[in-house]
Amino acid sequence: MGLSVENVSMTFPDSGKVTLQDVSFDVADGEFVCLIGPSGSGKSTVINLIAGLEKPTQGQILLDGQVVKGPGPDRVVMFQEAALFPWLNVSENVKFGLGMLRKSKEEQEATAMKFLKMVQLSDFRDYQVHQLSGGMKQRVALARALALDSKILLMDEPFASLDKQTINLLREEIQTIWMQTRKTVIFITHSVEEALFFGDRIIMLSADPGQVRNIIDVTLPRPRHIESPEFIRLRKELLQMLRIEVEEIAKKEYDAE
Amino acid sequence: MQRTLFVAGLIALWQLAYFLGVDVFAVWKSYAVPSPAGVLKSFLLLSSGSGLGIAIITSMRRILIGFSVSAVLGGILGLLMTRFDYLNQNLKPLILGLQTLPSICWVPFAILWYGLSENAIVFVIIIGSTFAIALAAESGIRNVEPLYIRAAKTMGAGEGDLWIKVILPAAMPSLAAGMKQGWSFSWRSLMAGEMMFSSIGLGQILMMGRDLADINQVMVVMIIIVFIGTVIDRFVFRSWESGIRKRRGLDRDRA
Repeated sequence: MGLSVENVSMTFPDSGKVTLQDVSFDVADGEFVCLIGPSGSGKSTVINLIAGLEKPTQGQILLDGQVVKGPGPDRVVMFQEAALFPWLNVSENVKFGLGMLRKSKEEQEATAMKFLKMVQLSDFRDYQVHQLSGGMKQRVALARALALDSKILLMDEPFASLDKQTINLLREEIQTIWMQTRKTVIFITHSVEEALFFGDRIIMLSADPGQVRNIIDVTLPRPRHIESPEFIRLRKELLQMLRIEVEEIAKKEYDAE
Repeated sequence: MQRTLFVAGLIALWQLAYFLGVDVFAVWKSYAVPSPAGVLKSFLLLSSGSGLGIAIITSMRRILIGFSVSAVLGGILGLLMTRFDYLNQNLKPLILGLQTLPSICWVPFAILWYGLSENAIVFVIIIGSTFAIALAAESGIRNVEPLYIRAAKTMGAGEGDLWIKVILPAAMPSLAAGMKQGWSFSWRSLMAGEMMFSSIGLGQILMMGRDLADINQVMVVMIIIVFIGTVIDRFVFRSWESGIRKRRGLDRDRA
């Protein structure tokens, strides 16, 4: 059971660019997997394929033995931007997916409150989206995703547009929530530190074309702390181990900027 | 207050110009130039009977019918253009062209098809505003942030939910702007339609003023048209639009 990505290749017809080539990995139930790789390694494409927003050119993705054919509420995505609907207020946004599942009004209300409390935004339930800061928006998006109680939570660099301070807070918060819920999470990041902070496993992708280069098991106990000596030691080790890749990331990132 | 003073000043200038032009230098003919006093007299005369009230109600009824039909038609047309590339590529240029056509050009068709009837006037209103609304609907729907649609899909939204709960509300600001524009188009078309022939209505009172060579009456009707148009634009469309914009924080950085 769980998710398996089997020999997936992806070529975009418009550009003809091979974004992913023969990518395979499994994700067990309740596992937190981080995908890391330089820009152009097709990280986001992997998420889109698992979400069913795009179809692979070759290979297949199985969720609990079923081939993924299209998007569905069992694979909710948190995007780089919060993607909240500006015409709804905070709690209506959290309830959106529940409405799609035709849950009763009472159940929607109760579930929305529960998860808004979990992300510490219950006082803001009647706020309009534009009244929230970037970090708050992402927390609402997290509450919205959690409210659907999907099998898998797909997170596509959800901290990409936030400041360092907010990122640190949100990391702690997500770690706490994850330890409570033990959801299956696939988390995209370009930060080695973040991958090490969250991941049970880290899947390293290379660029042009995107291929699985390395899979690393992380056995650090949770909750993890960035300042703890083991964390620092492991990060150093990992950085050394991944030196070539990291240099490549750095170079790509540098070139991108 | 400031605006009242401005209008009062404008009227004073108008009176002064009339006085100088007609009475002092006699360069303008008094029948060709309206005066504030004459307009007021004409207005009181018109509003002493029930004619003006009935004319306004009749005109409003026509425009409400015509505008509602064009809102629905325009919405559907816009929707079809976003759904079918074929229509978008072939129909849209045609609609863009038709939109530039003044609605008075449709009067001959209206008369030939519907005779000198109520339907002819409503037809002119519909044809005068549908295309503007269709174009606004089309661009509004096309410019819906794709991320919203992706997010909704991953939360299990089906095709129907997508349209009703995501695309329509997301496109609402442009739809409202389109409706507002459509409204002013249909208001103009109404006048074109009502001047076609003698029927009850504001346009007809204006034409009557022309036939009687009563320039003051023409002016009264023009002022009433501007007044009603402004009131509706302001209290219906602008407040609707600004409600939408405020809710979404689109006006935050503007005074």
